[in-house]
Amino acid sequence: MEKVTHAPHDHYDAEASKIGMWLFIFTELLLFGILFVIYSVYRYLNHDAFHLAAADLDTFTGAVNTLILLVSSMTIAMSVTALQKKNKPLTLSLNGITFVIGVVFLVNKYFEWGAKFDHGIFPGSATLAETLSQGEILFFGLYFIMTGLHALHIIIGLVFIAVVMWKVAKGKVHAERSALLENSGLYWHLVDIIWIFLFPLFYLIV
Amino acid sequence: MSDEKNHIVPYRVYAFVLAALVVLTLLSIAITGYDLGKYTVAGALIFAVVKSFLVLTYFMHLKYDKPYIKIMVGFVFAILVVTIVVTFLDYLYR
Repeated sequence: MEKVTHAPHDHYDAEASKIGMWLFIFTELLLFGILFVIYSVYRYLNHDAFHLAAADLDTFTGAVNTLILLVSSMTIAMSVTALQKKNKPLTLSLNGITFVIGVVFLVNKYFEWGAKFDHGIFPGSATLAETLSQGEILFFGLYFIMTGLHALHIIIGLVFIAVVMWKVAKGKVHAERSALLENSGLYWHLVDIIWIFLFPLFYLIV
Repeated sequence: MSDEKNHIVPYRVYAFVLAALVVLTLLSIAITGYDLGKYTVAGALIFAVVKSFLVLTYFMHLKYDKPYIKIMVGFVFAILVVTIVVTFLDYLYR
């Protein structure tokens, strides 16, 4: 084998990084995609129960969280432009805004789930098993799994953004080496797209 | 435009896209408020598809990416659509 002559920090390939991120995003799309298939089939089989159960969800909270994610997607997209224009303070503030509104999303989710828990609606609860129909139990099961998995992605996205901010601050991510910031952006937009489908399916269609 | 190596997207493009996304969100809330019967699901999903198309094209930079990346993304979404169609063919005709 030939000896590698590059220094470690020379291993930078923006295009390969992007492909790698997209390949990972594809696996995420298939993961959520299958959950959407399960949702569609159960909705088709339990039409009336899904109708009834969805009415229990608060459209307003869902709409606020949709707007939050859309705005945060814009700010992280803009932060890439800021980095390419070599404006480090603006890159950091735009990422900071994204981070903060991402946390607000989770706080909303906490209160939303909390209200459901207070009404005895959580996976495996006695209220669920005794008072609701099979279809409604399925709806809430899917609701908790899909929004829960999505919230987990928000948390991972926030950690990703925090790491990138630290690297931008340290000067390790800059205009000529922006792939990591672009990838955290791609990940955040993926989380946004998933929510774009979760919102109508759980909150809007009643 | 797409052949530039490092295309810098102006801030205003992102602001316009956000405005479009917010309008589409409000429209989808308004339209599902009406009783459209079996078309409610279709209506809401059309808005979601248009919104994710905007996010993919502008926020996720696909508009400025090389064709092979667009083809890969399109292929994966096509797989999803095929999976959904085949599943429903099964459930509708069994």
